Amino acid sequence: MAVIRWMLAATLLLLMTGLVQGAAIEVREFDDLVLEKRYDSLTASMRCPTCQNQAINDSDAPVSGDMRDRVYQLLQDGRSDMEIRDHMVQRFGEYILYNPRLEGRTYLLWGLPAVLVVAGGILVMLMVRARRNASARALSDEERQRLETLINRGNGQ
Amino acid sequence: MSRRLLLMLPLIGFLLLMLFLYLGLGLNPFHRESKLVEEARAFPSFDLVTLEDPERRVDESLIQGEVTLVNVWGEWCPECKREMPQLLDLADRGVRLVGVNWKDTRDKALGFLEEFGDPFEVNIFDPEGELAFELGVYGAPESFLVDGDGIIRYHHTGYISPSDLREHILPEVQKWQ
Repeated sequence: MAVIRWMLAATLLLLMTGLVQGAAIEVREFDDLVLEKRYDSLTASMRCPTCQNQAINDSDAPVSGDMRDRVYQLLQDGRSDMEIRDHMVQRFGEYILYNPRLEGRTYLLWGLPAVLVVAGGILVMLMVRARRNASARALSDEERQRLETLINRGNGQ
Repeated sequence: MSRRLLLMLPLIGFLLLMLFLYLGLGLNPFHRESKLVEEARAFPSFDLVTLEDPERRVDESLIQGEVTLVNVWGEWCPECKREMPQLLDLADRGVRLVGVNWKDTRDKALGFLEEFGDPFEVNIFDPEGELAFELGVYGAPESFLVDGDGIIRYHHTGYISPSDLREHILPEVQKWQ
């Protein structure tokens, strides 16, 4: 059991660190470690336009290769991350961003979780309050009478 | 009564979620709104030679002056072969077609046109995919309808079927003429 758990953990770790990668993805040389990190994070944050849910750093589709080339070029030209993302969105659309930008049509997307948490909190609060009131409240005369008849009926039979 | 309604809340939430997901199922995951059409952008500038004549340089002015269907194709693309009859039909109806020969070799491309017919007024030779990248092309065939002012008005991804031709391409051509 412990062995299986250990193996699972190891596999997960491998997957998470991205060591499992397609053989077709080229290796790029960077003089600057910062550029390399930015390249890695940029190519991980863009979705391949032809594949179903694969980042361009994980896909061997031709268009992903072209996009990686372009990201590399733009980084060498000294462009900022934002400029590079814009450059790609201008051509391939918002679709390629794994994290959609905050704008008119994405307010709902970004806002809904917060709204749901607040609404859930209010709901729980209301339910707790209602329950507290219910248990604290004594039976009314009418209810007491009804209870008694029910008990009597039960005893009578 | 309100208590019962409160109890129903999770069910209502669940049904709404189901409806949302069900509607999602009906969407085509391959459909993308082209950024260039959304923003009514001008055809990107380029400077390339033609497929037919390696000496002839062309740029974006080639796509101006008349409603033009720009079709991105390659000899290696099986769907491009299937849509050729529709493109020939369009050319017969007097629509101007310009091809972008994408990531191809000259010999293979010319052979393709000989075998399947040539509906194009001219083909832009784009072996490195420079122009296609500017157009945001991610798979052939893709077609862009450009109006007389050189503005991209309509984008079709994938194979143009005979019904696509009737229902989408021809009406759009008429709309922008």
